Amino acid sequence: MTALTAKVTEPAPPPPDARAPKRRGVELTLLAGAVLVCVLGHLYVGLATTGHVPRLAGRYAAGLTAAALLAHLAVRFRAPYADPLVLPIAVLLNGLGLVLIQRLDATTPGHLTAGDQLRWSALGMALFVLVVALLRDHRVLQRYAYLSVAAALVLMLVPVFFPAVNGAHIWIRFAGLSFQPGEFAKILLAVFFASYLAANRTALALTGRRLFWKLRLLPGRVLGPILAIWLLSVGLLVLERDLGTSLLFFGLFVIMLFTATGRIGWIAIGLLLAALGAYAVGTFEPHVHSRVDDWLNPFASIERGEGPGQLAQSLFAFGAGGLLGAGLGHGHSFLIGFAAKSDFILATAGEELGLVGLAAILLLYGLLVARGFRAGLAVRDPFGRLLATGLASIVALQVFVIAGGVTGLIPLTGMAMPFLAQGGSSVVTNWIIVALLVRLSDSARRPRPAEEGAQ
Amino acid sequence: MIRYIRWCAYFCALLLVALLVNIARVQVWESAAYGANPANKRPAIERYAKPRGDILVDGRPVTGSRDSGQLLRYERTYTNGPLYAPVTGFSSQTYGTSFVERAEDAVLSGTDPGLSAFPLWYDLARGRPPGGNAATTVRSGMQLAAYAGLAGKRGAVAAVEPATGRILALVSSPSYDPAELSGTGTRVKEAWARLNADPAKPMLNRALRETYPPGSTFKIVTAAAALDAGVVTDVDAPTRTPDPYPLPGTSTLLPNAATGCEDASMADAVQWSCNTVMAKIGVQVGLRGMVEAARRFGFDGEALRVPSWVSRSNFDTDMSQDQLALSSIGQFNTKATPLQMAMVAAAVANGGELKSPYLVERTTQDDGSPVRRGDQRSLGRAMNPATALRMQELMVKVVENGTGRNAAIPGVVVGGKTGTAQHGVGNAGTPYAWFISWAKAEGAPLPAVAVAVVVEDAVADRGDISGNSAAAPIARAVMEAALATGR
Repeated sequence: MTALTAKVTEPAPPPPDARAPKRRGVELTLLAGAVLVCVLGHLYVGLATTGHVPRLAGRYAAGLTAAALLAHLAVRFRAPYADPLVLPIAVLLNGLGLVLIQRLDATTPGHLTAGDQLRWSALGMALFVLVVALLRDHRVLQRYAYLSVAAALVLMLVPVFFPAVNGAHIWIRFAGLSFQPGEFAKILLAVFFASYLAANRTALALTGRRLFWKLRLLPGRVLGPILAIWLLSVGLLVLERDLGTSLLFFGLFVIMLFTATGRIGWIAIGLLLAALGAYAVGTFEPHVHSRVDDWLNPFASIERGEGPGQLAQSLFAFGAGGLLGAGLGHGHSFLIGFAAKSDFILATAGEELGLVGLAAILLLYGLLVARGFRAGLAVRDPFGRLLATGLASIVALQVFVIAGGVTGLIPLTGMAMPFLAQGGSSVVTNWIIVALLVRLSDSARRPRPAEEGAQ
Repeated sequence: MIRYIRWCAYFCALLLVALLVNIARVQVWESAAYGANPANKRPAIERYAKPRGDILVDGRPVTGSRDSGQLLRYERTYTNGPLYAPVTGFSSQTYGTSFVERAEDAVLSGTDPGLSAFPLWYDLARGRPPGGNAATTVRSGMQLAAYAGLAGKRGAVAAVEPATGRILALVSSPSYDPAELSGTGTRVKEAWARLNADPAKPMLNRALRETYPPGSTFKIVTAAAALDAGVVTDVDAPTRTPDPYPLPGTSTLLPNAATGCEDASMADAVQWSCNTVMAKIGVQVGLRGMVEAARRFGFDGEALRVPSWVSRSNFDTDMSQDQLALSSIGQFNTKATPLQMAMVAAAVANGGELKSPYLVERTTQDDGSPVRRGDQRSLGRAMNPATALRMQELMVKVVENGTGRNAAIPGVVVGGKTGTAQHGVGNAGTPYAWFISWAKAEGAPLPAVAVAVVVEDAVADRGDISGNSAAAPIARAVMEAALATGR
């Protein structure tokens, strides 16, 4: 594993202030605000849909406060220099998701999911505390690169043996619980890519046979393994018909490769190949083909007299929201059907909170991603930089693919909106991502050991 | 590497901008188009989310709203649905609205801007004021009398207040219960299919939407035209008409159902309903004169709105002399709605001035504060005041000592005209029995009511007898009710 620890000199970031502010008070204040927004949203939904304060409002408020406080204490004692924005944004998004799911539960009394989501969120926050508390240094993860990729591949392979749900083989159902291993796999894959690329970036950046102009063929010895793993994972996902996640993994791979090597030419070629692949899949795979058709003409099913499809219903919901929204509990996004709480949760946000609320949510994601990149810029080791970039890109790409899908910007691919959508594995995974970002930002802003010693 | 991380961050920022621009497009630019898409259920859900305002008769609601607990939440209920169906129409989640439910839909459903002092506030709050009410001009007593009179028969009654144009009764028989069409589901679809397939056409509003040959009742128009045109100056002078009367330019002989029509005066011709005399007078007035007179009474005009639209009544404008002769006695292509014939009687009763009939007295907000008042509009003069007086005398004679004695009410001045309309191929159908009339309480300055009754399946011999036997008693009951409520 010596290759993995190869050091590459980088221009050193400006030395942090000798007495770097920790900003934990800011984080606590923002957390209080986030919890308040969520509790008020919870009360509002209860009043708007049933006319009275939700029965368990007190417990809900206490539970959310306790969880946020525990997470804050974990950060305060184990990652005191961490970015103060990351945790409050995550709590706010998760809480908003709970509010929207609770609101949708009110119109689907036969299928209540807010309770499950609450338990998964609690588990996610517990894992957050665990990761922040136990992972003292993110560089430890570098050692488990190959273990990570092996675990990722196994996780992605398993669902093939389980029955398809809504056309995709991405769930494992076991003892009444169901989760998507692909969600966990994306962290493991990001860890592997970061670790591998950090170890081999000199070779990737500087060696290779020159093709023409500045274009160099990357050395197969270095590129081969990672390309193979990427192809394998994307191939598996196509087999499982999980187009969204394969798109995500492709984007992750391209972004991290670019960040490591700075070779834009290869990115262009990669994008070209991906476009060809997407065209082929979109044309010949019926499941995907129908989604592309829906995207090109969302109202075709209405013209055929079959009533509006999911995407049309979603667009109707967004349109009904307008600028200011109908108000929580006053929309009709349940018309979208079974995926209203998962893939299409943004439609409820758009209808009931309006353009203003939806833009606020997207900007929250933007801020979270920006803080991730900021950590990537400030952290000192290449592995950390690549990992932060990868994790931030996962969130960004996922938000773009889903939000773009449900608003008709790009073809629809089934994926979960981070924190917002109903789905246990997704919430848990995103809490781990946030925990890693907190860890990375802490390490980025922490005074160097020498300076620390000088204090 | 720092540079490339920045580039990645810029790329993600670009994605965010694309998302924001796109949601702005969807939520602001396309919003209205999505809302207008017929497959979008939201407007319907919104529409039925609140109880609908009521339609009032005599100040009391004849409609109601029921919380169905369904997606389209509030369904319409009707008290005495079949009785008021020609007035209210239906309001159905599946089949839309008709008649007053349709004409006043904006007020009833709460979308009318007049319902709120600050419409912008509701726009901003995305709410809607509660539905307003529509108070009709109909009087329940008259409506009941007309409905009871037509029970078991096919036909219609229209009654108006001559001086104002208020529609006091509007009945079509057989009727249906609009409540059967409220809501959604198979029950509603079955009711719709059954009502539409029914040969008796219960959903047809015969008072406003069906046109019948008016038969001898049209002789009132012909007589008024003759007086106005000066063709007849002395109603009691003999007209030198043979019996039967050979239609001009043909060898066809027009007979009379009545006797004693040879050389009868116009007064006698109206009193005994002589076809020959009136046909000849019509020919003497001439096509232009007859068309103009018919137009002044409301024939051939623009479709009337009361505020529901009314079928156009027809008097042909291009006819040969023999066709004109037949048209002058309400046959050939002459067609009239019962409301139109009530307007003819009302014009006579009102001194020649024809008021535009209307059905909605006023619309109000939920709390009763006014939104709009029904407007009394004049449709102009149907005849000279002197002609109207002469016509009143002639019509009174019909009831006192003519073909319409069944309409007489003791102590009340009643004018009327019977009619029997031939129809069908070769006039084979059962003739329609008509009666138009007006009534004025003794000593009252203005006539209280003008009524038109048509009975489609009057079981009677041909001749005006059927108008008297089948239709006149119904008209009398309605007039009695009008005078009773008027007192």
